[in-house]
Amino acid sequence: MTQMKETSMTDSSITAGTTKGAQVELDQLVRTYGQVRALDGFSLSIAPGEFVALLGPSGCGKTTVLRVLAGFEQPDSGRVLVDGNDISDVSAQKRDMGMVFQSYSLFPNMSVINNVMFGLRMRHQGRSDSRSKAGQLLELVELSDQSTKYPHQLSGGQQQRVALARALAIEPRVLLLDEPLSALDAKVRAELRDQIRSLQQRLAITTVFVTHDQEEALSMADRVCVMSSGHIEQTATPAVLYARPTTAFVAQFVGISSRVPVETSGNEVVVFGQRCPIRTGEALSGSGHNDALLRPEDFGIDIDPNGKGFVTHKSFLGAITRLIVQVGEISVRVDVRSDQGADIELGTHVTPKVIARDVLVAPRVAAAPVEPL
Amino acid sequence: MATIGAAMSAEFMMEEALAPQAPVNRRRPRFRTWRLIVMLLAGAYFLLPIYAGLKFALENDAGHFSFFAVKALPTEPGFGAAFWLSMRLSLVTVVLSMVLMVPTTIYVHLRLPKVRRVVEFITILPIVIPPIILITGVLGSYPLWLKASPYLLSLVYVILAMPFVYRSLDAGLSSIDLKTLVEASRSLGGSWFATMRRVILPNLRPALLSAMVLSLALVLGEFTMASLDLWETIPVWIVNFQQQDGHVTVAASMLGLIGSWVLLTLIVSLDRSQSRRSLRKTGGL
Ligand SMILES: Nc1ncnc2c1ncn2[C@@H]1O[C@H](COP(=O)(O)OP(=O)(O)O)[C@@H](O)[C@H]1O
Ligand SMILES: [Mg+2]
Repeated sequence: MTQMKETSMTDSSITAGTTKGAQVELDQLVRTYGQVRALDGFSLSIAPGEFVALLGPSGCGKTTVLRVLAGFEQPDSGRVLVDGNDISDVSAQKRDMGMVFQSYSLFPNMSVINNVMFGLRMRHQGRSDSRSKAGQLLELVELSDQSTKYPHQLSGGQQQRVALARALAIEPRVLLLDEPLSALDAKVRAELRDQIRSLQQRLAITTVFVTHDQEEALSMADRVCVMSSGHIEQTATPAVLYARPTTAFVAQFVGISSRVPVETSGNEVVVFGQRCPIRTGEALSGSGHNDALLRPEDFGIDIDPNGKGFVTHKSFLGAITRLIVQVGEISVRVDVRSDQGADIELGTHVTPKVIARDVLVAPRVAAAPVEPL
Repeated sequence: MATIGAAMSAEFMMEEALAPQAPVNRRRPRFRTWRLIVMLLAGAYFLLPIYAGLKFALENDAGHFSFFAVKALPTEPGFGAAFWLSMRLSLVTVVLSMVLMVPTTIYVHLRLPKVRRVVEFITILPIVIPPIILITGVLGSYPLWLKASPYLLSLVYVILAMPFVYRSLDAGLSSIDLKTLVEASRSLGGSWFATMRRVILPNLRPALLSAMVLSLALVLGEFTMASLDLWETIPVWIVNFQQQDGHVTVAASMLGLIGSWVLLTLIVSLDRSQSRRSLRKTGGL
């Protein structure tokens, strides 16, 4: 991928500079549908050229954010600023936002090249100029040889690449991607993920990418904004988001955390008899009955015939092997290196040990069963 | 549209249902016999009257084969005027019906998906209400200057054609992802006009065509309204002229029938190429 990035850098005439990323400011957006608060005071500031992923479960309002930004929906209140200008009264037609939709959105009656040219023609650019520009964009998404085909003759992945080229052709101020990969199979999805990211970096175009797939968000974005029920839970770089979730929702949604009921006292907590410091700088720590949220890699295990825990599930994931260890009523997920996990059988008695520096603590909720891996 | 679509899919279903049975079903010969009998009966039911009509149209009074009726038709008194009136009414009806129904149906699909059921119900009313009641009401309530014009009939025909026109357009709009296509076009800088002309209408072509042909067929076949409104359209002329020469009027009906067939075959073939396209499209998902 890096190689492709370098070669295309030099040989394409479309590079950073032709498209300048815009600064986007979403300010206290509220949008309700009847009783549903699809957006509930959503504020986000996006730097020029930044790639932000909106991550959250289905129905949390991600698409609504994009639609408000694109001008397809009017917010009940709140403002949308692009480069400092309030665009609330600008119609979708005039907003210069390139959008790639979740469902296939190519115009079925037009060939690939005509689809890509559409936005340029709507901007009254000449036919031959539009054609050569569209040709360049198809080259960029590696589909030059498909330019005379019709959408129904293309695979899903090809269609989404054409849709991307079509959105980029107008040199949009902001690129909006609404789960563009969700209808594709895993292999194509991974390829396209890399392609979108490298194109975005090369064109330095401000991008909002919506997804419910945490792996996608973490691997592509400069910053990830985790949403639930119309508001933001946490916005941070992928590394920080993963390592330092500030809310229980984020901890459970990004990566998978096991909840362990604990008693907290001061800034310490006892997990399976082991004292651990509580992660600082978080809103939800408190004293009394709480839950510790621990990722599979936060645990290690000691094989111990007298251990209180035993292994109930085991699944091989390549470099690591993931176990579910039952200690009394509580089940936790534990990752071990596969070479070390090879001779752990189901039923082996073990003691889980916290190996993380500190632990995230959240108010206790009713114990949810740990699902099989 | 509704009937054409249904007939087509029934035909497809039959092909599909019967094909895989072949090697498995041991009772197939018996089924085959029954199928043949049913087909022959249905065929006779549809084809015999047409055969009889054609035969009668191509006979002279002595019962010999002759093209005299077809040749005489254009010069029969009143036929030219009736033909011309029917053509004008067709044109006005089709244009008016499209101008009213296309934007309405698109608007309902895009902005008022919840009232689709209500609109569907309203559009079916002209089938439920007997034409005789409709025309009595129209003649009783419309202003005189309008009643003096044959184009009053076009207004009534737009209403009569509504069930068919709405259903064609509704089916056409449901077969494309209208909302996404419109939004894609808008975000790329397309005006509403450009979106309509370059994106929606081209993808709606088969539906538009069938809507137009169905309203055309309605105008060319409608008798009750025209006769009560005292205008001699083709169907009214056929009935009036029957006393003078049966061969000629049957020839006129047969020509009308053949004309409709040609048109219908045209839409069905257009429709098929369209559905094959959309099939492949979903296959790609
Ligand atoms: N047009 C609409 N009418 C009614 N409710 C809607 C509409 N659009 C979205 N919603 C509701 O708003 C919430 C957020 O929707 P959406 O932004 O599409 O979520 P996401 O993209 O995160 O899955 C959902 O509960 C959804 O049911
Ligand atoms: Mg969505």
